[in-house]
Amino acid sequence: MATKFTPLFKTEARSDRIFTWGDAVALLVIAVLLYIGIRLAFGAPGVIEGPEITLDPRALPRYALLSIGRMTAAYFLSMIFTLIYGRLAAYNPRAEQVLMPLLDVLQSVPILSFLPVVLLSLSAILPINWAAELASVTLIFTSQAWNLTFAWYQSLTTIPKELREVSAIFRLNSWMRFKSLELPFAAISLVWNSMMSWAGGWFFLMAAEIFTVGRRDFRLPGLGAYLQEAANQNDLRAIFWGLAALILVIVALDQLVWRPLLAWSDRFKLEMVEGEEPPTSWFYDALHNSRLINALRENFISPISEWVDHWFLRHFQAEDAAKASVASRSWLLRFLGALFAVGLLYGLYRTTIMLLAVPMAQWTTIGLSVATTTLRVSVALLLALAWTIPVGVMIGGNHRLTVLFQPLIQITASVPATALFPVFLLFMLRLPGGLNLAAVFLMLMGTQWYLLFNIIAGAKAIPQDLKYTATLMQLSRWERWRTLTLPALFPYLITGAITASGGAWNASIVAEYVHFGGQPLQTIGIGSLIAQATAAGNYPLLLASTLSMILTVILINRLIWRRLYQIAEENYRME
Amino acid sequence: MSSPPNGKTLVQLKNIHQIYSSGARRFTAVENVNVTISEGEFVALLGPSGCGKSTLLRIITGLQKPSEGFVLYRGVPLKGVNPHASIVFQTFALFPWLTVLENVDLALKMKGAPPHLRTTRALDLLDRVGLDGFENAYPRELSGGMRQKVGFARAMAVEPELLCLDEPFSALDVLSAEALRGELLELWTSGNIPTRAILMVSHNIEEAVFMADRIIIMDKDPGRVISELAINLPHPRQRKSPAFQALVDQVYAMLAGQTQPEAIELGSAPGEPGRTRRLPIIHINDLAGLLEHLADLPENRADIYRLVEDLSVDPDTLLRLTEAAELLGFATIDKGDITLTPLGETFAEASILARKEIFATRIRRLPIFRWLLAMLRAAQNQRLDWDVVHTALELEFPSDEAERQLDAIIDWGRYAEILTYDDDDEALYLEPGPPVAA
Repeated sequence: MATKFTPLFKTEARSDRIFTWGDAVALLVIAVLLYIGIRLAFGAPGVIEGPEITLDPRALPRYALLSIGRMTAAYFLSMIFTLIYGRLAAYNPRAEQVLMPLLDVLQSVPILSFLPVVLLSLSAILPINWAAELASVTLIFTSQAWNLTFAWYQSLTTIPKELREVSAIFRLNSWMRFKSLELPFAAISLVWNSMMSWAGGWFFLMAAEIFTVGRRDFRLPGLGAYLQEAANQNDLRAIFWGLAALILVIVALDQLVWRPLLAWSDRFKLEMVEGEEPPTSWFYDALHNSRLINALRENFISPISEWVDHWFLRHFQAEDAAKASVASRSWLLRFLGALFAVGLLYGLYRTTIMLLAVPMAQWTTIGLSVATTTLRVSVALLLALAWTIPVGVMIGGNHRLTVLFQPLIQITASVPATALFPVFLLFMLRLPGGLNLAAVFLMLMGTQWYLLFNIIAGAKAIPQDLKYTATLMQLSRWERWRTLTLPALFPYLITGAITASGGAWNASIVAEYVHFGGQPLQTIGIGSLIAQATAAGNYPLLLASTLSMILTVILINRLIWRRLYQIAEENYRME
Repeated sequence: MSSPPNGKTLVQLKNIHQIYSSGARRFTAVENVNVTISEGEFVALLGPSGCGKSTLLRIITGLQKPSEGFVLYRGVPLKGVNPHASIVFQTFALFPWLTVLENVDLALKMKGAPPHLRTTRALDLLDRVGLDGFENAYPRELSGGMRQKVGFARAMAVEPELLCLDEPFSALDVLSAEALRGELLELWTSGNIPTRAILMVSHNIEEAVFMADRIIIMDKDPGRVISELAINLPHPRQRKSPAFQALVDQVYAMLAGQTQPEAIELGSAPGEPGRTRRLPIIHINDLAGLLEHLADLPENRADIYRLVEDLSVDPDTLLRLTEAAELLGFATIDKGDITLTPLGETFAEASILARKEIFATRIRRLPIFRWLLAMLRAAQNQRLDWDVVHTALELEFPSDEAERQLDAIIDWGRYAEILTYDDDDEALYLEPGPPVAA
């Protein structure tokens, strides 16, 4: 997993400018969507009873299935969204100009900040358990979809010219192109990003399952809620069972779903040489050699696929005709675009009015809260860097240590920080510093693994020749770090830090305001402010604070991370 | 021949122009090409890289629409991709995730063949190119030559009337390439395939003379047809025979051109009227190697075609080197022969530092360098942003060509130590210190 690490938050700049018109439109869309959500939320019930969570370990299989169900539903939604959105952006230059900046903004927004708005608005129009289910799926979807979509879009736009020409010369129709060219070409990237998305999804699922503000209890029966309830009741035995179940589920899915997929997707690599270390999976090998599966494939899947191909072949012959229909639709597109623009402007007007309702004093609080959370995120990031750099370099630079520690770290890292949070609270609230310290700690939990994986990968990638040279030149320990290790690590550090800071911002929503032992606890911060506004039903404040957080994170991304990323790409990339 | 050359016209290109526009500027990639391919013909399209021969192949197959002019196939204007044409690609362009059999099968499937016939047909095709036993292998398991055989089998699968080959042998090692050429010629001359005509794009002169009935020679700046040559030698052709060698020499003479008077040879500066001469993209060390080799030969001259073998470089690289030697006044070219000038001889025998000085004086005479050096001298701190120079060059060249030209300018300028480039602030500087005596 760590040999190839695809960043969750890609920041390749499509333009050198920090801010473009596309970004402005994208931000506007998000602001208006939030506004609509909050308008709906006016009708949200004031008191919401949460579900009964039983701590009986025998309930765990049911909870596990419920959690997996939400993840699966969200994942399939993400996949459908990805295939459609990415295709539109890749093949329609006009759509691309809006869709790609929107995606770029969306993926750098702290997704969890949407949760309160989504929950409130859905609970106003749906029965509460439906609303909470739908909100959790939406939340997981928003955490999974963007990088998948980027991966698909990038694959579609980088298909080699000759393979496209071959498809044209041998007259492949859209279906066959999708099946024989586009999907296989994107397969590896899609599987990798699916794994990343799935792993990231747990974090948000757990957050959604335990979300409670004021007298509104939005919890969902599932593994996350079980763990929280266990911590709440100080039931160590239940905590143990809950954690064991969670780890078991995660490891089982990894072994039975993702590893086999990864091993299978290796056949889609484009390189014309045999890989040195192809990914392997015992389960895949077992399936591959199973007679039942092979019989199934021969007698069932192949004929169906043949039939489907044939059907498409008969109904979608002409590929030149496709271009004509795009032209005829351009009027409709223009009309819809105009309608959209008018709606957006009206939405902007209403959003502004609502924002103007926020008194000056509250804006000051927002500013202060944003600053505090920024500080907290920075501290978490620095702490993470402080331990991951030396440890990562040590592990990555030594093959034996890598083999030894990698699986261990992977399992530890796979446990979503949000699931552990209630458990940590149990211990940390007794320490001086209380929630403030715990919040930093949760952010640390959410961020350090991205950094560690990237640093290990970076340390592994330092060429042996350069290490020998450094030794031959008898560089002192400090000189060696300065001239070899840190520069070589830099691109990996930045990639890891970008993802990590995204994670830390997300964590602030659930870390700065918690319900523990029936008591609401809070510390100053923008996440806390959003939760308080949700609890109090102060909708203008909710809108203002959510928007402020989104804007802050985007600005930090654009002004700091993107620049650092460019420097890393241009000057420190080993080729 | 597969069918006797009955003179029936298969493909006709009428006044084909291919023009790219970038901003307000328009660049001509292909200019006024008129070509006819008849049934039974094996035609080779030959020219240096950047002459638009691959573009022409894409226009002929309908993959690309020409900016002006039209393609007639059997007298009917071509719309969209030509269903009777098929291409063998330089890079093979096999689907790496499909087995050899599945790659061929896909082409058959799209042709509408029913499943039970497809496998037999695909196996038969693979058998014919000598790949039986490899049908379940993935392309990455095969050598380059075998991959290209799959490429041929796939192209044959659709029974094309017009078989287009886009430098099909240039990515192969020498032995596989030679073997495959022979096999293709055998298939073609035996008449066992339904192909009516073959069009091969190549930059390998010997290969074209070895295989084709007719060679169409193109040149660049702008891409255009400069000459045609019928090859009437019977198959199999003997590469060492005098007739063969004479033809090769003749083609080299056409491609290498004649050294022109200096004003024409150098072209004009960017922004001035007239065409700005492109710098040939070369490694300066290779140029030095060529000049040293020539200096060792009697009379300091050589047949250009012989140099390909002697120096083991590909013809395209060699022609770029001879062009550079000519441009810098180190050699003259006449009727396919290259002769070292006294200056070139001096360069070949000079020390490294003296070479740099000679090189500097020579490139100062090139309008593109004169123009750039004048700009640099006028600039504040004698510094120009890379982007600024690039934008200025974009008035003469398409964007990516402007970038290549600027890279070449920097490379030459650095070697001559007359200008330098700082990667950190992405700017060009005049090399400090007293200017090298001109």
